[in-house]
Amino acid sequence: MKPVLLEVEHLTMRFGGLIAVDDLSFAARQGEITAIIGPNGAGKTTVFNCLTGFYKPTVGRLTLHHPAGPLLLEQMEGFRIAARARVARTFQNIRLFPRMTVLENLIVAQHNVLMRASGFTLGALFGLPRYRHAEQDALERSCLWLERIGLVTRANDEAGSLPYGDQRRLEIARAMCTDPVLLCLDEPAAGLNPRESAELNQFLTGIREREKIGILLIEHDMSVVMGISDHIVVLDYGKRIASGSPGTVRRDPAVIRAYLGEPESDAVPAERT
Amino acid sequence: MEYFLQQAINGITLGAIYGLVAIGYTMVYGIIGMINFAHGEIYMIGAFVAVIAFSILAMFGIANVPLAILIVLAVAVIFTSAYGWTVERIAYRPLRGSFRLAPLISAIGMSIFLQNYVQVLQGARVKPLQPVVTGGLTIMRSDHFTVALSYIQILIILTTVVLMIGFSLLIARTALGRAQRACEQDLTMAALLGINVDRTISLTFVLGAGLAAVAGVMVTLYYGVVDFYIGFQAGLKAFAAAVLGGIGSLPGAMLGGLLIGLVEAFWAAYFTVEYKDLATFAILILVLIFRPTGLLGRPDVEKV
Repeated sequence: MKPVLLEVEHLTMRFGGLIAVDDLSFAARQGEITAIIGPNGAGKTTVFNCLTGFYKPTVGRLTLHHPAGPLLLEQMEGFRIAARARVARTFQNIRLFPRMTVLENLIVAQHNVLMRASGFTLGALFGLPRYRHAEQDALERSCLWLERIGLVTRANDEAGSLPYGDQRRLEIARAMCTDPVLLCLDEPAAGLNPRESAELNQFLTGIREREKIGILLIEHDMSVVMGISDHIVVLDYGKRIASGSPGTVRRDPAVIRAYLGEPESDAVPAERT
Repeated sequence: MEYFLQQAINGITLGAIYGLVAIGYTMVYGIIGMINFAHGEIYMIGAFVAVIAFSILAMFGIANVPLAILIVLAVAVIFTSAYGWTVERIAYRPLRGSFRLAPLISAIGMSIFLQNYVQVLQGARVKPLQPVVTGGLTIMRSDHFTVALSYIQILIILTTVVLMIGFSLLIARTALGRAQRACEQDLTMAALLGINVDRTISLTFVLGAGLAAVAGVMVTLYYGVVDFYIGFQAGLKAFAAAVLGGIGSLPGAMLGGLLIGLVEAFWAAYFTVEYKDLATFAILILVLIFRPTGLLGRPDVEKV
């Protein structure tokens, strides 16, 4: 078994009378893709919002196991979760910096390394060697990811001018440029056609094999979820109703009930709209 | 012709000062979408620090003019940046995430507070400064008119050009500039990439205040007088400059400053001195009516 990277224990998030996430516990392992699925409104994105510091959980503990020691995410400020705990995230809707170039989007993700190297800006202004080296490294890393997502030729175009599918991949590449240990992807396949989703599968499994990081995935596209997940957690009304390998989950009666409303044999979970 | 040239020189000098102040407005607007009405007062404080620093230097008998100016610039930038940082910290940051009008009202309050604070501490009377930089070049001479370019004008224009080039490089090339542009487009996403958004915003205020301080020192050297009220007028004009150039746009602020300076100088020269402010603000109104995004601003496309 691979080592546990993220441990979610008794996570509960209440908004007034509404319980969005109810006593949820699960673990995500390093080098594995853990999918969180469930019907709309099941609380998936709320889990991500708790992980990345948007919400303070009402109850619960979110432990990230770093080599240096465990960190409690629920006690950290938003930007520190990215900077220190190294959790990266994408959103359901695209949130690139549309008026920066494709390359700059990737370089800005390496801000903290560059800021330190620049001695807080003065070094950069006078072109000190230390900053130039750091900038060179940042550039190389960015180019590596540009190659992987096949956007080298568009490096100097504004990110907002890219086609939708390219913007999606650029977002993931940008998240990877922050050098994360945990990558949280919120519906990365939303709006992609079947061919693009297949490419996304390859891209994500590639990241898993090469970078050995943990990936948390929220997705409705079952071809993606079933194709690449190592472990699936199913939520409904904020509660965990099932978890396990793709094979177990897809045969679980509770999952089928949540997705289709009534028991039915051999049904593959589909999106409930 | 000679008269025209002289007014152009005066206008460019004035415009350089407005441009420096306008950058502070435009950067803050770009990054958090508010008009920092206390920015004019920050500039005024820069001018006061300059007067005080010059008199202290004179007491110690430092007579070397370039050295004195450098020291005064450094002192003014440090003090004024501290004011800029503090204003953001106590008057705007607690209101971030509040409704849009709240920081604006807070800014107006801050502006009034700073004006009165300086008036109480320094008195309401005009503070004079002995001319520090004197002399100049004669560019053109005809029978009845001499076109002069004084050393102080050269100093102002050169300083502004250097600062603006440095500043453009900072925004385009450095990690801080990149972070500022990222924050300008999406604060939340910037934070998720590990950028310390609060610090980036604070630094934006500090940088803007630093530039305003330089403008304040220059204006003190140029006119030789300051009072607690100069920030209000200069602030409004620099704000007009930022809007004219397209608020949020850095080259726009520089261009707008220059244009406002030229309009003011030419209006005063060819029409009436009394109504020169009227001309400036009439331009502001016309721009807002016919081209709300300014000369170099990008149109705000509302996405549905």
